[in-house]
Amino acid sequence: MSLWVDKHRPKDLMKLDFHKDQALRLKNLVQQSDFPHLLVYGPSGAGKKTRIMCLLRELYGSGAERLRQETMHFTTPSNKKIEIMTVSSNYHIEVNPTDVGIHDRVVIMDLVKNVAQTHQIDSSGQREFKVVILNEVDDLTKDAQHALRRTMEKYVATCRLILIANSISRVIPAIRSRCLTIRVPAPTENEIATVLHTVCKKEGLSLPSELAMRIAKCADRNLRRALLMCEACKVQKYPFTSDQKVPEPDWQQFIREIASMILTEQSPKKLGEVRQKLYELIIHGIPPDMIFSGLLCELVRNCDMSMKCQVANHAAEYEHRMRLGNKPIFHLEAFVAKFMAIYKKFVEESLGDAF
Amino acid sequence: MQAFLKTGKLSVTDKPSTSGTKTTKKKPPAPWVEKYRPKTIDDIVDQGEVVQVLRECLSGGDLPHLLFYGPPGTGKTSAILAAARQLFGDITRDRVLELNASDERGIQVIRDKVKSFAQLTVSNTRPDGRPCPPYKLVILDEADSMTTAAQAALRRTMERETRTTRFCLICNYVSRIIPPITSRCSKFRFKPLAKENVIKRLQEVCVAEGVDVGDGEVLHQAVHTCDGDLRRALTALQCCQRLLGKVTADGLIEVTGLVPEKLVDEYLKVKNYNELEQFVAKFLMDAYSASQLLEQLSATVVNAGHLTNKQKCDISEKVAVCSHRLLDGGSEFMQLTDLGCTIIMANNNP
Repeated sequence: MSLWVDKHRPKDLMKLDFHKDQALRLKNLVQQSDFPHLLVYGPSGAGKKTRIMCLLRELYGSGAERLRQETMHFTTPSNKKIEIMTVSSNYHIEVNPTDVGIHDRVVIMDLVKNVAQTHQIDSSGQREFKVVILNEVDDLTKDAQHALRRTMEKYVATCRLILIANSISRVIPAIRSRCLTIRVPAPTENEIATVLHTVCKKEGLSLPSELAMRIAKCADRNLRRALLMCEACKVQKYPFTSDQKVPEPDWQQFIREIASMILTEQSPKKLGEVRQKLYELIIHGIPPDMIFSGLLCELVRNCDMSMKCQVANHAAEYEHRMRLGNKPIFHLEAFVAKFMAIYKKFVEESLGDAF
Repeated sequence: MQAFLKTGKLSVTDKPSTSGTKTTKKKPPAPWVEKYRPKTIDDIVDQGEVVQVLRECLSGGDLPHLLFYGPPGTGKTSAILAAARQLFGDITRDRVLELNASDERGIQVIRDKVKSFAQLTVSNTRPDGRPCPPYKLVILDEADSMTTAAQAALRRTMERETRTTRFCLICNYVSRIIPPITSRCSKFRFKPLAKENVIKRLQEVCVAEGVDVGDGEVLHQAVHTCDGDLRRALTALQCCQRLLGKVTADGLIEVTGLVPEKLVDEYLKVKNYNELEQFVAKFLMDAYSASQLLEQLSATVVNAGHLTNKQKCDISEKVAVCSHRLLDGGSEFMQLTDLGCTIIMANNNP
């Protein structure tokens, strides 16, 4: 038994639930004789991968769905052996180059070269190119992105790239200008609710519309999360009731707890406790930038305008430093300490005014 | 056995048909940028003096070492490629070495590849007996991304092989080329293209491709979104045509990844933190790019009539800081919130 997210994933471009006119355009694109490199970007859970898999199916037929996993080995110029997992079919190969950290350039150059140098033997029945899908292009190093730009032009005859990114801010313009960029906005809450309804209908369950709406609200416009939440709800309690509790991701609750800890007391002792908690979050693999934005959202709730600005200013500054440095905990802690200082001063001043 | 022979036979009869389909298969169409690259130097839009000099060379004069610089999409590469084709005709391939940033161009390549290419002597006739200039051409595209060491390695080679080789360096920022090289070349600045000329050129391409662009409105939009960069404008037009089947102003904005003006204005008019939070969340969910927003915002802020100089100052400074942080990989949410706060403060205290 698979999760609903996988089980009810649309397999055909025409069966997608939202952005239908975009799907139609993609379909037209496939039918034209030239297929450009694509750069698909949008927030997570917006359906980027689903669209790409549909597109591949449209290009190659159902053969693109027979997937196998392989581990590939590469050697860096400094003779370091690296290995990386790939998912591939006869027609495409998908890889996540950021898995190997700073050696992503080697992976990109070797992998694309490998794929591009093997021609389709008999291309009469099918496309003359293969597809390489690269995930998380926005997190690639600048080196790797520059390598990509050369590879893209060189092997255009035998291979097409589909790049997936969360945002194109960090993709260099040279790559952007070589691709057809496709923006996939997140689904609206109503769209999510509709999808939840159809999935539940397929599963033979009845879903009250208030509950659907609430799940959609909690899911932060992320369809994948919404479906997972819905399934979790079903495990918790079925038949559904409209006032049922919607389970939140526990890291969000955890961040909220941390925020309330910070707000109750501002002292070095508390800072130590907060540090423990932050460590726990990091150990569980929550990305530090999500912790940062979560904390900011929670902390600014009961501040006045000028303080909010100060806090946001410092948050942005520390977050930037976190990117440059390599130990997120320092910068998270620095931000917490800074906030405590600002907040304490504010509280003392307002108390002083009262007396 | 029977079946084996039979299949053998079948495959024999199959063969011609497959090869037949193969020959009839048409090549994928080239990008418009390549398709409509100027064939002769007279096709180059604007850039009078450069064309003048190149024309002089074509009519028998000597070609100096060249250094072309200017913003992207103004025809630097096109100019030299067209000139090379006119100079050498069908032996262009033997006489021209083109290296761009995507090729390996460390000091080693300059020493080995470029030097050995430069040392070859060439005759002043073509294989078929017609005359041609007795030199070769090395084109170093995007020369500003060459390392200083590699540029330094080029100095002596340039001088020693003048008899047989001319160099043409192309770059966006002339300041990144070391002075000894610039002093060896005659420099040409490529100006950003005039709006009317870009529009004229785009119109020609559209007519040739059979694309309906209606009145000038859409083309104006194209030029506006690409400020003077002809290549970007052409690519945008082609993408739009390919994706939507027609070219519209909205389509152009979509394919170039621009942020709609409405959103920029909205961001600039945010009043309180709640509004800002909502705006940022929505903005990111719709997958617009924050760095693009900053770029457009700075243009809007500078020209905005309703802001005082102090406000403009504050906002612009923050835009610069945030854009720097974004480039370093800072999270878009944080930076947009930070900038938003500055905008709110600026709006509240004129």
